[in-house]
Amino acid sequence: MSSTTSSTATLDRPNTGTWDGGNEPMKASYGKLMMWFFLLSDTFTFAAFLTTYGLIRHRHLAYVGEHDKFVFSQNYWPIPDKVFNAFPFFHGVDLPLAFVALMTMILILSSVTMVLAVEAGHRMDKKDVEKWLLWTILFGSTFIGCQAWEWAHFITGTEGGLTLADGSKVFGANLTLNQYGPPLFADLFFFITGFHGTHVFSGIVLLIIMFIMTVNGVFQKRGHYEMVEKVGLYWHFVDLVWVFVFTFFYLV
Amino acid sequence: MASHSHHSQEEEFLGDIPAPQTKGIWRVFLILCGLTAVEFAFAFMMDPSTLRNSIFIILTIFKAFFIVAEFMHLKHETKSLIWSILIPTALLIWLLIALITEGTYFGDSVYNYLK
Repeated sequence: MSSTTSSTATLDRPNTGTWDGGNEPMKASYGKLMMWFFLLSDTFTFAAFLTTYGLIRHRHLAYVGEHDKFVFSQNYWPIPDKVFNAFPFFHGVDLPLAFVALMTMILILSSVTMVLAVEAGHRMDKKDVEKWLLWTILFGSTFIGCQAWEWAHFITGTEGGLTLADGSKVFGANLTLNQYGPPLFADLFFFITGFHGTHVFSGIVLLIIMFIMTVNGVFQKRGHYEMVEKVGLYWHFVDLVWVFVFTFFYLV
Repeated sequence: MASHSHHSQEEEFLGDIPAPQTKGIWRVFLILCGLTAVEFAFAFMMDPSTLRNSIFIILTIFKAFFIVAEFMHLKHETKSLIWSILIPTALLIWLLIALITEGTYFGDSVYNYLK
């Protein structure tokens, strides 16, 4: 109808024909497509961070010698499982990478509950969407709480600290001093895990908004839960980045 | 659910709610847990080497594949969408190799200059 009266300035209904601006390129809605491309740009940001890590680590000497005899020094890059070996409520116990393993599991679990929320959305099951969104918010918040503890421990440092050549002592790490190794190690830790944590935080904010909208029945009225799906993409991306951060910062 | 995006129902949805289809989701969860466990086994039972790092990276790529393909549903999107995400990502590998190579060269030349 609107195509025959092309002289009119406004349309009385949107164009829907394939060659009339009504189709969806790549069979995905505008919002979902843009979320994908935003995440692609974010991939480049995180890749730049991790490449920088690789480059800087490459330019530092590696620790040679027995794993058991490792001591902190600013002359070589530290072994990650000697740095990240603390666990809340287990003071002084050497538990290499145990806490970061727990954090990884929590984040993977939050990704699972997110898919379950999206799946419930496809079935228009409002109660299930609410339930799984709440679980995702809970796991996400737990993860960020764990990260806060890890940062606090990293900044405070160990009891022994590190004795420098002039006899002065260094405890913990900040952007210029680092008891665990070269200052750049601490800088990269703060920048990479901090940037990831910021993403987790904004993800939680988006999830809370989704939860409120679901409770208010906004998506039921709209007839679809696509917005939950888009936030889901963002949330899985945070998990995806963590998989890489975990490998390159804690394992390699 | 692209097909849903133009619907605008005024009434609340009142149809029957189908049973959840979550078997595949939990399967992916178990795969991710398994791969992480294998990574830990290698971290503690093998001394650091290029081979160990390669194992970590390969396992990480497997994990990334399952998250992107299944959780983010990319496997089930159209081919053009899959490629428009994958091709730019593949360029990152080039970026990585280029920066590490050039960085090593730059580092060496500075080191030699100061020596």
